[in-house]
Amino acid sequence: MQSFFATPFGTLVFTVGAILVIMVPVLIGVAYLTYAERKVLAAMQLRRGPNIVGPFGLFQPFADAIKLMMKETIVPTGSNRVLFLMAPMLTFALALIAWAVIPFGEGLVLADINVGVLYLFAISSLGVYGIIIAGWASNSKYAFLGALRSAAQMVSYEVSIGFVIITVLLCVGSLNLSEVVMAQQGLWFAIPLFPMFVVFFISALAETNRAPFDLPEGESEIVAGFFVEYSSMSFALFFLGEYANMILMSAMTTILFLGGWLPPFDIAPFTWLPGPIWFVLKICLCLFVFLWVRATFPRYRYDQLMRLGWKVFLPFSLLWVVLTAAVLMAFGWLPGQA
Amino acid sequence: MIAALAFYAFAAVLVTSAAMVVTSRNPVHAVLFLILAFFNAAGLFLLAGAEFLALILVIVYVGAVAVLFLFVVMMLDVNFAEMRSGFVRYLPVGGAIGVVLLAELLIVGLAWTVSPEAPRLLAAPIPEGVTNTQALGRVIYTDYIYLFQAAGLVLLVAMIGAIVLTLRDRPGTKRQDVTRQIDRSRRDTLDMISVPSGQGMTVPPKPEVAKPESPKPPEPAHTSHGGGHH
Amino acid sequence: MGVMDRTMRGFFLSELVSGMALTLRYFFKPKVTINYPYEKGPISPRFKGEHALRRYPNGEERCIACKLCEAVCPAQAITIEAEPRDDGSRRTTRYDIDMTKCIYCGLCEEACPVDAIVEGPNFEFSTETREELLYNKDRLLANGDRWEAEIASRLAADAPYR
Repeated sequence: MQSFFATPFGTLVFTVGAILVIMVPVLIGVAYLTYAERKVLAAMQLRRGPNIVGPFGLFQPFADAIKLMMKETIVPTGSNRVLFLMAPMLTFALALIAWAVIPFGEGLVLADINVGVLYLFAISSLGVYGIIIAGWASNSKYAFLGALRSAAQMVSYEVSIGFVIITVLLCVGSLNLSEVVMAQQGLWFAIPLFPMFVVFFISALAETNRAPFDLPEGESEIVAGFFVEYSSMSFALFFLGEYANMILMSAMTTILFLGGWLPPFDIAPFTWLPGPIWFVLKICLCLFVFLWVRATFPRYRYDQLMRLGWKVFLPFSLLWVVLTAAVLMAFGWLPGQA
Repeated sequence: MIAALAFYAFAAVLVTSAAMVVTSRNPVHAVLFLILAFFNAAGLFLLAGAEFLALILVIVYVGAVAVLFLFVVMMLDVNFAEMRSGFVRYLPVGGAIGVVLLAELLIVGLAWTVSPEAPRLLAAPIPEGVTNTQALGRVIYTDYIYLFQAAGLVLLVAMIGAIVLTLRDRPGTKRQDVTRQIDRSRRDTLDMISVPSGQGMTVPPKPEVAKPESPKPPEPAHTSHGGGHH
Repeated sequence: MGVMDRTMRGFFLSELVSGMALTLRYFFKPKVTINYPYEKGPISPRFKGEHALRRYPNGEERCIACKLCEAVCPAQAITIEAEPRDDGSRRTTRYDIDMTKCIYCGLCEEACPVDAIVEGPNFEFSTETREELLYNKDRLLANGDRWEAEIASRLAADAPYR
């Protein structure tokens, strides 16, 4: 058996298997995130949420999926057909390929590359293409407005995300995600770097176009933004992509700040649960906060969004990079400098 | 074997998409081909073992620069048929410039001598336990620190220049002053007055709240508390 | 509010946190909505729902084709044709209500001298096609037969206030 996986064909089989083992739970997670979102929002608004399809409405995501699949795919005349159909696939694919480097436990990672953090950052910065191409290819004013908003917003908030990541990297001394997690043994970065944690989380909201930064799809002003013209599976792919991105961003928050798969305390009752379970629990916590924020805050105005990104987060995170570097240097805590 | 195949695949797509950048009629398609070219260049970097450079290429060029390109090209709505109208007329001049550039490239290219050190450096094994991120850092922040800082300065100058050129203080625009909005309290804006019935009242003058910049018009009705007023 | 106070409030996002605490409190509160298809809210005896034509207890239809409802209907949703029946009584041969036009004002009910046309308690009569909403006399009489018990009790409950 061992020798089979060593052959090129065996490696291929093993990799495809590993991809399936990651993808299927992620997609089921996406399906149930839509359900959780509706339930949490409903509870915070004193409503019931979906409760008809299956016990407690648990089969609602599948009902939605079937409904979407049965619908007709409409490609508007005057749209750029190839790009119009490519955009949702791109969004969805980008949301999934990032999972290749996410460590679910010690050694439980598909590709343990040395530049994992950069890879995640690159993938999340590519997410804007699906949206901007969709907006342009739809040949529709609302879609285009949504796409432009989204492009400006994502590029702006990437800058502060970059600085936050740099702060974390300063404390780790490596770009490898597993090492980022291992560096948090004993003390999660969320505690010493708490302000950066908050900045990162808020930027992650903006990066995934979630409330209160959901201007690209602001339904009350530009209908549905960049995906007005989409229907059926092409719409479903955008939807899945958005939610997969939410999960991805939560995973990133968990890895960078909440100690990845590490239990909160390294003592008996906490160490009984295996690492991946802790990882998933922490992701769920982050996702709950995503939904909680959506239930709490009204949408930002566009100029306020830009102000927050460029005039508040950028200088603030830059300051913290300098501060962290200074503290690490002053106390000789810089990693990798024995 | 697989690496060689991957190299030729990346290289072929890179060259093809680079050609498509120049030849495609739709400017948006051109930018998208440019992005494809960036990706394949990143792939080549990866094959060469420079994963840091590959990902930086993707982050900086694809994730930021090309987005802005796309942004501009989509907004401009360039009419290429019109731009091509004088093609024949400008052909001699353009051709001449092209020939000059080609000649320069050829001169540089033919005069290129490969340093005798190069093959030895290429063959030198990558030091054990040093990722290429660290290796790059060691070179950039030691030997080339001044050049690196100079490059940063050039970018800073460009940034300041862009701000100076575009920032103008237009009089008469209403701006949101978040701190002023947050500073408002109920005491400043609201008086509870019990009006005796049937008599009415004259509005008493507002007690002047100490405001350094008082000539401004009163705040608009919406008091939006921005999220991150740090 | 002092500058220091404000800065600290801003820095610790106190407004945002208090807002989120509020939504979290509501998260655990009991729900105020009812579980609609299984639970329904109370309906007033005057509720104006789906129309029905009533009969006397002996099975004779009440409507005497006076056409007052047709005349009063502001949406002109009612169409009545009438001629004497074999026994000489005046009856409708056609009594149509276009439910897509009806505005559920209840004037037909008010106008009826014999309490024949009434608006019943039923509000769940959505259909898949438009044609199904063009009610004819048979449909309305069938409604009346189906809802008679409730309609009668509603009328009785409302009678003291009329």
